[in-house]
Amino acid sequence: MDKKAFSAHVDMEDFIPATDKEKEYMVSMRPSTTFFKDGIKRLKKNKVAVVSFFVILIITLSAIFVPMFWPYSYDQMLGMMPGQPVDNSFLNLTPFKYGKSELSRIEAGEHIVPHIFGTDSQGRDYFIRVVYGTRISLAVGFFASIIVLIIGLTVGSVSGYAGGKTDLIIMRIVDMIYSLPDMLMVILLASVLKLVLENALEGTVLSKIGSNIISLFVVFGLLYWVSMARLIRGQILSLKEQEYVLAARAAGAGGKWVIFKHLIPNCFSVIIISTALQIPSAIFTESYLSFLGLGVNAPMPSLGSLASDALNGLTSYPYRLVIPAIVISLIVLSLNLFGDGLRDAFDPKLNS
Amino acid sequence: MSEKSENLVEIRHLKEYFNVNVGFFRSKPLKAVDDVSFSIKKGETLGLVGESGCGKTTVGRTILNLYKPTSGEIIYDGKPIKTKNDIREFRKKATMVFQDPYSSLNPRMTVSDIIAEPLDIHKMSPSKEARRERILELMGYVGLNSEHASRYAHEFSGGQRQRIGIARALAIDPEFIVCDEPVSALDVSIQAQVINMFDELQEKLGLTYLFIAHDLLVVRHISDRIAVMYLGKMVELADAKEIYDHPQHPYSKSLLSAVPVPDPKTARSNKRIVLSGDIPSPLNAPSGCPFRTRCAHATKKCAESMPELKEISSGHFAACHIL
Repeated sequence: MDKKAFSAHVDMEDFIPATDKEKEYMVSMRPSTTFFKDGIKRLKKNKVAVVSFFVILIITLSAIFVPMFWPYSYDQMLGMMPGQPVDNSFLNLTPFKYGKSELSRIEAGEHIVPHIFGTDSQGRDYFIRVVYGTRISLAVGFFASIIVLIIGLTVGSVSGYAGGKTDLIIMRIVDMIYSLPDMLMVILLASVLKLVLENALEGTVLSKIGSNIISLFVVFGLLYWVSMARLIRGQILSLKEQEYVLAARAAGAGGKWVIFKHLIPNCFSVIIISTALQIPSAIFTESYLSFLGLGVNAPMPSLGSLASDALNGLTSYPYRLVIPAIVISLIVLSLNLFGDGLRDAFDPKLNS
Repeated sequence: MSEKSENLVEIRHLKEYFNVNVGFFRSKPLKAVDDVSFSIKKGETLGLVGESGCGKTTVGRTILNLYKPTSGEIIYDGKPIKTKNDIREFRKKATMVFQDPYSSLNPRMTVSDIIAEPLDIHKMSPSKEARRERILELMGYVGLNSEHASRYAHEFSGGQRQRIGIARALAIDPEFIVCDEPVSALDVSIQAQVINMFDELQEKLGLTYLFIAHDLLVVRHISDRIAVMYLGKMVELADAKEIYDHPQHPYSKSLLSAVPVPDPKTARSNKRIVLSGDIPSPLNAPSGCPFRTRCAHATKKCAESMPELKEISSGHFAACHIL
């Protein structure tokens, strides 16, 4: 049948139902995405978080690897050579200056690694001390957060899941701990533990770090877990009313199964985010305790104790205070920004 | 004795009270289920209807021991369920399908993990291959594609999610399933599919259902017998056809008069019995018969004593003084 150009005649051929083969061609499955992948995608879009992440990565990697190949160590006084008088030219070097013996070796054609940040009043390379201080600060922040996470998660999930009287008692204990002044507790515990731990630590690896940092960990373990526990408990309380928990119980699941398979995976985003935000606060605490002289033991540097030592020569060598201060700020700032980015990416509900 | 073995599930004088805090230190029992007895025969579907808050869901959950019964007996296959061991064994034979297909599936688990969860809990799959095969078999039962196995629940529509929930319930090869309003969250066209699936599965696997719903047409379609509940008490129990054709209890009568009829002519000639007032709070339920405050035939006697559930004709039970 011939058709006219403007005819309204409908060609029935166009309306034949599609065969199964044709239908199959139309069906295309969206690739499966998980909650985690979605979150990472959102995180990648957040430029501030990405930059912060790389800053943290660079700082962490250099704190770990630089001391391995750097020719100077954090406690090596460069002016002191065995069997020779102290070479005073190594003390208080400004950046990129060399000591006397080093200058003569350079003239002899040797290559000497420069003292990028100069040396301190005892002739120790300041750059490696800052790197070491960063290492200590990061380690303290990381482990303190892990301690907080483990205790907070355990107490919070047990309290939230058990409910009733158990919950009531645990939460009253949490309230009591919440009301203790934490700084006072750190200082008191530090002085008490110093006496107790000094002998016990003798000769172990931990004696290098000193009893003060141990007491800091103890205080974190004793006091700082409470807010994490509250957070987790709140999450668990709302999650355990979900029907999938009831479904698991109807299938015969016990408390352990429900907590590990259903409740904790579902508050994972909250856990990651609050841990990421806990690290900078721990670093901060460590820094100002060290600044007050309650931090690491003497030759071992931390960013706070470096800043504290720099106070003595502040007018002549201000950069010795500025450098650790900048590193602390950089770490804390980028961890906070990254933590915020994580929260926005993994917990879109909290965003608004 | 022969009748006893025929009953798969038997409930005797089941009571479930929740303590509700009123004021600071005082608490009051909320009688969610008050002295309910019934039995379900092997391979039968018992429909449980009633308005919101009358205790249907609580009955279903208490039967599965998700709530510890305040008093009363649950007898399964001739054996009372009492100790923890009984409950553990019972869980391998009885499961539940939930009302809300959205909150009943864990968003962090893949479909295959959700379906296999009961198997994993009871350690019932000998190997990974056996587990996978079982999952695919179950997905086949409920009409899901095998490609769906590695996906997450949020990628599915409501009807598909409910199918996942049903596949999970079937995982342990149950004999008895409590269906707690399994279709009320779905739209009508999907409801029909899911209901027919329940029917097919019952035929294929010889299942026994306790089917809880408030949609009377759905219940009529699927049930062999129907029980009507009001405010924690059972008011009428009879064969599905019998209760639809000759409801005896005044509450059942008004409930059934609310069923929409597709033919407008008959719909116009039917008279709706509209109840006055609201359902009383179960916290301070009326004395005697709980329905007396809204019943047109209420007498003095109704306020004094709760009528017994008595057999008014063969297999037809009702609890009312006027019958």
